[in-house]
Amino acid sequence: MPDIRLVHDLRPPARPPIRHLLAISDLSRDDVERMLGTAHALARSLDRDVKKLPTLRGRTVVNLFYESSTRTLASFELAAKRLSADTMSLRSAGSSVDKGESLKDTALTIAAYDPDVIVVRHPHIGAPKVVASVTGAHVVNAGDGKHQHPTQALLDLYTMREALGRLEGLHVAIVGDVLHSRVARSLLEALALVGAQTMLVGPPTLIPRGIDAMGCSVSADIGAIANADVVYVLRMQQERMLAGAAYVPSLREYAAKWGITPQRVRPGQVVMHPGPMNRGVEIDPRVADSEAALVTAQVRSGLVVRMAVLYDLLTSGPVEVATVAEVA
Amino acid sequence: MLVCRDGFGDSLVLEGRVVDPTQGIDELLRVTVEDGVIARIEPSGASAASQSGVLAPAFVDPHVHLRAPGREDEETIETGTEAAAAGGYCAILAMPNTDPVVDSASVLRALVERARVEAVIPTGFMAAISKGQRGEELTEMAELADAGAAGFTDDGRPVASPGLIRRALQYSVVAGLPLALHEEEPALSRDGQMHEGAVSAELGLAGYPALAESVMVGRDLAIAAYEYRPIHLMHLSARESVEALRRARADGVRATAEVTPHHLVLTDEAVRSLDPNLKMNPPLRAEADRFALIEGLRDGTIACVATDHAPHALHEKEAPFEEAPFGVTGLETAFAALLTHLVLPGLLPLETLLERMSAGPARTFGLPVPSVAVGERANLVLIDLDAEWQVDAGGFRSRSTNSWLLGATLKGRVLTTVADGRIVFQLETGGARLGASPRGDRREPLQETAPALRGSVR
Repeated sequence: MPDIRLVHDLRPPARPPIRHLLAISDLSRDDVERMLGTAHALARSLDRDVKKLPTLRGRTVVNLFYESSTRTLASFELAAKRLSADTMSLRSAGSSVDKGESLKDTALTIAAYDPDVIVVRHPHIGAPKVVASVTGAHVVNAGDGKHQHPTQALLDLYTMREALGRLEGLHVAIVGDVLHSRVARSLLEALALVGAQTMLVGPPTLIPRGIDAMGCSVSADIGAIANADVVYVLRMQQERMLAGAAYVPSLREYAAKWGITPQRVRPGQVVMHPGPMNRGVEIDPRVADSEAALVTAQVRSGLVVRMAVLYDLLTSGPVEVATVAEVA
Repeated sequence: MLVCRDGFGDSLVLEGRVVDPTQGIDELLRVTVEDGVIARIEPSGASAASQSGVLAPAFVDPHVHLRAPGREDEETIETGTEAAAAGGYCAILAMPNTDPVVDSASVLRALVERARVEAVIPTGFMAAISKGQRGEELTEMAELADAGAAGFTDDGRPVASPGLIRRALQYSVVAGLPLALHEEEPALSRDGQMHEGAVSAELGLAGYPALAESVMVGRDLAIAAYEYRPIHLMHLSARESVEALRRARADGVRATAEVTPHHLVLTDEAVRSLDPNLKMNPPLRAEADRFALIEGLRDGTIACVATDHAPHALHEKEAPFEEAPFGVTGLETAFAALLTHLVLPGLLPLETLLERMSAGPARTFGLPVPSVAVGERANLVLIDLDAEWQVDAGGFRSRSTNSWLLGATLKGRVLTTVADGRIVFQLETGGARLGASPRGDRREPLQETAPALRGSVR
């Protein structure tokens, strides 16, 4: 386990160094501000010809993915590489997980190599916590079941701030299948942390009972998004329409009632989507390809925000912009 | 029918504050047991200052999973009954959701034979309502009754068909045994992992609404009223269920119910920790539900405390919350948990707790009611109300450690248990096995009370 030394600690002294990023609730507002600031500084390095920074040379980042993923895994891998960390990705298919190994044993096996960070994606809630409890590594939750996906929320905050210049007082409408969405849960908490307002819009069968206790308003009427600065569209998963789990009568009806069409987007609004998109279902292709859509900006933010998260966990301090620029 | 190992009754003298709610006794007495029978009850010479030593009728648990046959790695008849003895129990009923299911006289007879060798305290075996607990055809109830079944239940899963429940109720007249029901509407509980509410919404765990229980309770109360046959509702968790039961009982429906210590102490807020030892079916519910359960237990709507002791292998509970099986252990911590969290904060009188843990379940299931009376077989528990101890995984007699109280500090320790006239448990002083040894700073009060708690084997 690396010895953590604080070089420039902006946090109150009582707060222990962050060891893991399992949920947005692990973070204070200062933590979020610091990470977004680091991401902003790191973004400059992406504009260079040589994009690699030596910051995490000699560190090891292991990606442990029990669920299929394109953008999150690619983004974490590249983030670690851009910071010169050694990285290794393990997927459940073709590994000892196929042979029935328990999560605890897989985690212990990886921990035997003393990685500095383990990034975990798992279909079941609480899996990153199990990994954190049996290893000495910093654990980053890259999505656990329907629970949390904290780096997605951070990159969304980053994208909103880059596009709109602020987070405080921002009005965000999250549209669609909130019930099955870890993205929505993390984002809801993160927006509350930075002082933005959130409204959930979607079919009542896909809005979990009791979610308003998290400090958001709820509406079944798509017209309610008119007041929002940001329309955040959630993926409508095909499997939710299977027999016995029919949360909405048909995708056609969903698209008609809650799909984000050009007519429903007000000028000045921005539209976001965590991907992968179902064009023609939750989002009209004309909106997805419009100026208002920040979808590729989100992917780009994902890289710098994940670099910032790895940097923050392993150095526990704010980035020095000058240093980053020079060493590059 | 209750069975245990053969043996002779012990002789001993127990002295302390005798609390027997069935007879309205609450005074300092000396109880002499000779050859397993209570021979004399005399005024005690001990001082009133030593009232922390309470001698009460031993407990009866109507809901225990002994896991035998099939999962002896999790619990056996021997370890399960030893755990029960350590918890102050003199009788338990074991659930039939084993592998194979106790749905035929041959499986039941084999269990009864094993209990005659292994069971430390009298143990009864419930048989299944439906073959294989599949909810399709009735078991041979009359034959099972002849083979010694203590009652019928499909516990672990609901009887989904109202037609089958009605037929079981009608037919159970032949067996003359109680029918205990696991109340869950599967179309509403579905893949639910925890109580549906603000916490499940936040955590993203699939919700198991209180409604899934209360609609089933409503259905079965209606059927019981129509057939005018008794039913017993297992492990109630929801406010609406308690209210429906109270109304039905006032209308003359012959319905009884039980509640577990964990539903009386915890709420869904505890699940935020994602600790798999807080995952059980029915799930921990909201504060309003918890208070309704306490009120139901207090006013007698709910007659029994039942542990729903459900041992699970360590490796199964070390998984992420969603993968872990439902169920927690409870035999060795039930009394202390409820003393600490209900009696001491003033939510439930001590004598009510003692009644609901002993006479209540015994009457509900037609078992002998333990009482402190001359001529009775001795079924006694001696408890130190002031003793403080920490629940530790290394201290359980149960083969499993999936307790919802690991690491918790509790007040109230069972010192001695006498079941069917035999001493089946005595707390080892000093290096106690249950929980870590009494904490250093608590040793003195324990010794202070010791003279009054004199329990000597003659």
